[in-house]
Amino acid sequence: MLDTELLSRIQFALNISFHILFPTITIAMCWFLVFFKVRFDLTGDAVWMRAYRFWVKIFALTFAIGVVSGITMSFQFGTNWPGFMEKVGNIAGPLLGYEVLTAFFLEATFLGVMLFGIKRVPAKIHTLATIMVAIGTSLSAFWILSLNSWMHTPTGFEMRDGVAFPVDWMAIIFNPSFPYRFTHVLMASALTASFLIAGVSAFRLLNGDDKRAPKLTLKVSLTAAMILAPIQIFVGDLHGLNTLEHQPAKIAAMEGIWHTEKGAPLLLFAVPNAETQQNDFAIAIPKLASLILTHQLDGEIKGLNDFDKIPPVKPIFFSFRIMVAMGFLMIIVAWLARYKLYRQERHQQVMPVWILKTLVLMSFSGWVATLAGWYVTEIGRQPYLVTGVLTVKEAVTDIDAANVGLSLLLYILVYSILLVAYLSTLRVMALRAVEIEEIQEQEHSSKTKTIKQELINARSNNTQEKAHV
Amino acid sequence: MFEQSTLAIIFAGLMAFSILVYAILDGYDLGVGMLLPLDNQKDSDSMIASIGPFWDANETWLVLAVGLLLIAFPSAHSAILKALYLPTVLMLIGLILRGVAFDFRAKASFSHKPTWDKAFKIGSFLAASTQGYMLGLYVMGFEKNVVSVCFALISALGVSAAYCFIGSAWLIMKTEGALQQRAIRYAKRTLVISFIGICLVSVTNLIIDSSIYQRWLSTSMSLLLLIPVFVFALYLVAWRSVKRLNSRKESEPKLNEALPFLACIAIFALSFLGLAISFYPYIVPNQITIWQSVSAAESLNFLLYGTIVVIPSIIGYTVFSYWVFWGKVEDLRYY
Repeated sequence: MLDTELLSRIQFALNISFHILFPTITIAMCWFLVFFKVRFDLTGDAVWMRAYRFWVKIFALTFAIGVVSGITMSFQFGTNWPGFMEKVGNIAGPLLGYEVLTAFFLEATFLGVMLFGIKRVPAKIHTLATIMVAIGTSLSAFWILSLNSWMHTPTGFEMRDGVAFPVDWMAIIFNPSFPYRFTHVLMASALTASFLIAGVSAFRLLNGDDKRAPKLTLKVSLTAAMILAPIQIFVGDLHGLNTLEHQPAKIAAMEGIWHTEKGAPLLLFAVPNAETQQNDFAIAIPKLASLILTHQLDGEIKGLNDFDKIPPVKPIFFSFRIMVAMGFLMIIVAWLARYKLYRQERHQQVMPVWILKTLVLMSFSGWVATLAGWYVTEIGRQPYLVTGVLTVKEAVTDIDAANVGLSLLLYILVYSILLVAYLSTLRVMALRAVEIEEIQEQEHSSKTKTIKQELINARSNNTQEKAHV
Repeated sequence: MFEQSTLAIIFAGLMAFSILVYAILDGYDLGVGMLLPLDNQKDSDSMIASIGPFWDANETWLVLAVGLLLIAFPSAHSAILKALYLPTVLMLIGLILRGVAFDFRAKASFSHKPTWDKAFKIGSFLAASTQGYMLGLYVMGFEKNVVSVCFALISALGVSAAYCFIGSAWLIMKTEGALQQRAIRYAKRTLVISFIGICLVSVTNLIIDSSIYQRWLSTSMSLLLLIPVFVFALYLVAWRSVKRLNSRKESEPKLNEALPFLACIAIFALSFLGLAISFYPYIVPNQITIWQSVSAAESLNFLLYGTIVVIPSIIGYTVFSYWVFWGKVEDLRYY
């Protein structure tokens, strides 16, 4: 039978998983919008405005879903997790408070000017409003990740009568895992937004959009992805080393190391078995895990047997591999697609249709990687809610399981509808954009071949090839 | 550095301020949403355009109010919201529907627009009525019996009417022509219903709790009675102004179209002040005072530094935003 604790956990996991999908797009996408707008202000080339106008609408939709899905959580802290605020509210409270005060109002208020005020304010003020929204979204990430990181690596507090009191706010805000997690999440957001922009741009091209704007946004987003994806792997590695120092049990679960060992292998695939404390069907590269984590071939890594409280291994182990695999896939696709785009621009070689189709398929690859990454870090903290201070069990509410079950059902229903509506609306918006006329003054676009012609060429090439086969 | 007992009063004040600002600002948004006609595309476009640039920031005041309750009075946050668990969930669903419908109606395929308009209207009503319902249960001290549920339902109706009233007053100010005429008719009706609602809540408040009765009607506090007198006077002002706007002829000089909205803000503020006076210093009626539930001084002082800097700038750029969109509503375009 489902009890209040399990239902509350499912409900919060559902809420936060659904919520993160949208900020992870908007945090970085707003900086893309700043880039488009500033380039327009500097060059006066209307194509930048086109790019801005199309993406600002998608930004607004995404932002709205992010806002409304975020509000539910500030209620659940009290209704479903009262123990959290009772024990660590003195620390969590002000961090949440600063998020509302410095970030939410900033982004929400300037959003109005950004979306609807372009003809009512001077161009510079409008650009400034866009920058303010971007700062707001990033500040919001700053505060909430500071709190989240503090829950992983709590510092700067003391316990009095079982309640946490702040001692050093700088130590609380800049707790040991915060700089790494914050950078890792911002990069994840940048990659998510890059692949979404690239995917939707490719979708427009595939549907015969021969205007300059989708080509331009494809180029900008692929360039960003090409640069950011390798950096993200590097940042992720640093974050992993930081986790090894502060939460070694999480690393043991990620690497599937049941018993402390020297020269631990890197498991490419395995099925961790909690009963036998072994990995079934393992495919491993000897000593590589030790090399990555300790920078020595025979470095010792603590196994799960060395810890009193360990998290569930399987979900962490698999989520970690999904995240890493997605990360490497992003690097390959970004580099390949950017190279093909370069060949197209410099040597008039046609951008292969399969590359565009791959980009469309990868539109939401950032969601997969981000969610998998969050599951690694959050499940890796279990059974604690705040490492060493408070377990999830201690924090849960006493309200009736039936009530939580009902609210959970309602959330599942509403979120499913919203997700379907969001995805289909993106599609409708992209298709609608295909139909819009090209900018009238064509002086900047005379050099390039239209992509429609290229596509027609490519398609006939394809059919020819098939005919040969 | 402030003492914990002083901080309790400061943060209770800040929270009360946020709730009031929320009720006024999102009140008119939700009111406009509830009044949305489903058979007149042009009017519903104008109505939504009038709240378009603001709704998001308006809703943020709710996040701040609930946030301050959570941060400064965590045990009260838990006690209140646990007692109101299901209405809270329904309110959140309403706010979600309203918020996303705003964007979807303009962006999804055109054949779905009427559906999103319906979602907008239903979401607004769900959010407004559950807020009223929760206010009713709060006044009744979260008693679980037929009487208090009935009272909460009446309160739900009253708050919805009050939001419709401020929403139509907003539309009188922001629109012209036939839509403005409709808004005037809405205002006349909702003005009466919301007035009855306020009277009912006030009287019930006096009846169910003898200490509240004494506080309001003891001779030493007779100045307090100015509050209901002022509320009544403001209702008269609003009524007269709406009446005159209604019977206005083309030739008549320009009447003050902002007056009903301003009167409405004052009515909201005074009614809220009345409630605050009734319950102070309790944050959960007759159970938990603000001093019993207040958080640690070192936490609240840390937050207060920032608040002192940030609140004026929030007010500053909020005023800027209203200034940018001043005047009668135009077509709402994303560019």
